[in-house]
Amino acid sequence: MPKQPIADFTIERLSILAPSGQADESLMPDLSDSQLLQLYELLSYTRMADQRALDLQREGRLGTYPASLGQEAAQVGSGFALRSQDWIFPAFRELGVFLCHNYPLELIYRYWSGDERGQQSPEGCNIFPMSIAVGTHILHAAGAALAAKYRGDDLVAAAFLGDGGTSKGDFHEALNMAGVYKLPLVVICQNNQWAISVSRQAQTAAQTLAQKALSYGIHGLQVDGNDVLAVYQATHEAIERARAGEGASFIECETYRMADHTTADDAQRYRDPQEVEKWRQRDPLLRMRRFLDQQRLWSPGDQEQLELTLKERLNRAVRAAESAAPPGAEEMFRYTCHQLSSRQQEQLKECLDGST
Amino acid sequence: MAVLNLVQAINQGLRQALETDERVLLLGEDIGKDGGVFRVTDGLHAEFGERRIIDTPLAESGIIGLAIGMAAYGLRPVAEIQFLGFCYAAIEQIFTHAARIRARSRGRFDCPLVIRTPYGGGVKAPELHEESTEALFCHMPGIKVVVPSSPSNAKGLLLAAIDDPDPVIYLEPTRLYRLLKEEVAEQPYHTPLGKARIARKGNQLTIIAWGSMLEVVLRAAGEYDAEIIDLLTLSPFDREAVLESVHKTGRVLIVHEAAKTGGFGAELAATIAEEAIMSLRAPIRRVTGYDVVLPLPLLENYNLPSPARIIAAIDDLLRY
Repeated sequence: MPKQPIADFTIERLSILAPSGQADESLMPDLSDSQLLQLYELLSYTRMADQRALDLQREGRLGTYPASLGQEAAQVGSGFALRSQDWIFPAFRELGVFLCHNYPLELIYRYWSGDERGQQSPEGCNIFPMSIAVGTHILHAAGAALAAKYRGDDLVAAAFLGDGGTSKGDFHEALNMAGVYKLPLVVICQNNQWAISVSRQAQTAAQTLAQKALSYGIHGLQVDGNDVLAVYQATHEAIERARAGEGASFIECETYRMADHTTADDAQRYRDPQEVEKWRQRDPLLRMRRFLDQQRLWSPGDQEQLELTLKERLNRAVRAAESAAPPGAEEMFRYTCHQLSSRQQEQLKECLDGST
Repeated sequence: MAVLNLVQAINQGLRQALETDERVLLLGEDIGKDGGVFRVTDGLHAEFGERRIIDTPLAESGIIGLAIGMAAYGLRPVAEIQFLGFCYAAIEQIFTHAARIRARSRGRFDCPLVIRTPYGGGVKAPELHEESTEALFCHMPGIKVVVPSSPSNAKGLLLAAIDDPDPVIYLEPTRLYRLLKEEVAEQPYHTPLGKARIARKGNQLTIIAWGSMLEVVLRAAGEYDAEIIDLLTLSPFDREAVLESVHKTGRVLIVHEAAKTGGFGAELAATIAEEAIMSLRAPIRRVTGYDVVLPLPLLENYNLPSPARIIAAIDDLLRY
């Protein structure tokens, strides 16, 4: 008997908006003009809030910070598609997703200044705390998806990770479980080409990250991660599939980390500036603005107005973050367990008294 | 009241939790139709179905990670890891996430998760099937560590652990699974976490033990006038019960099967030295497993604390 092919797979890539701003009309998502404008505003908000964080860090007013520059479309496109009832499990470079869901920017600045109260999601905002441990939190999203399915709740769980996270064992375990239990889960990978100094090519020999989904029996797709419309549409379709009981999806958003890994990193040590320049031409904001210009939805006056509005919003967030009363020592005891043990009570007293 | 062994008592506790609380789900390897490798979940799949008794792929980190997400969402998952030695694959999920979710989210989310796992030696099992590394988990703030020692406290501690809002590691002494039988009250009840039990009252010395070693200690203590404390919860442990007994007897023996260095006995000894040294009439003694890689069956009796070693230590203490 000759060898027979028994399985055949292809990986698709979705791209709607060209760098010129030209959109493929046949693929356009079902979004109103005001939603298209909202997307651009969120992209701009993310970029400006991110830049302000870097400025604050340089002035010693913020701690180590992982910038989102260049990845705004991957974050805003997916964050915008997720609904308020959905549960979101971020990694640590999803500023745009937080802003799409009205997470107070003030809290984000506080968190990166070392104030843990910044990770207390406001009630009604189902964003889980950021996961510093790479790739381990996809499982939590899978668990929440399982729980939602068990309860019959109409929502999806969404997890975010980077290209580096796909090398972790828990990524494998989570996608495998998502396939086995047909979970309403959307996993969004911001493939920004670099995990600190390790390039995408050095991370895996796989041709795409999206194809990893296929080995778990779940839907996999690559999108142009700098195309906010493509990311939105891919996420929207994944949510609809999940709601229809068709299981989990893995979306590889191909984008680029224009900034250093964090403010503690120096990417010039390990990557070619020409590569960075090449990606600068594919800027996600510029692309969307060109599109809006072409649709006659945007004018230089609108741009000026938006920048003024956002600047004021950022100023308010910074003022609020910097005027928050610092946490007291009691804070670190209060949330370890639901009650203090007798030893913790003594330790708290010792800590407050400043004596042993 | 029925006479049950440890397996039956835990099974009854699980059944009652499933009956009374829709949020309770079980997940783990082979816990469904197979009823678990020790049959602790026997019959539950038939009774409650695959929606609530969830067989998982062979992935310990995945089981705990999944359970964390379920718990944060508002369910009360009870995860079974087949052996404590296999929990090592899930340590990152336990330490990095389960222990920290309440703190990390400043109380917005919590993690009411129970991890059941058989632990301990004396069952002639392969490598990694007889670990007793409970102290690892006691060192991590944010999780509780519970070790039952008999069918009746196993059921009560399990139900208390399931109702507790924090993650609980629930260590089932494998050697005792079918060794001990006793009357277990039919109705659901809680044995409170963080409270020790005085297994036997006495005046001349205090012996502190937990889980599988309690049975050995009770045998060894025989006619000695020893007060035997069964800790039941290691983290947070019942400091008051320990100190009260030490103040009374002035002599302390700690027995555990885990290796001596960094074992939970070290924490107990340090606490007693810090807070009750003036009551001591003899140095604190520990009878423990040795600081060796856990041996396979042909060597394990050299390592496990025996009644003879315990008796020798008691005699030493009383002579001091």
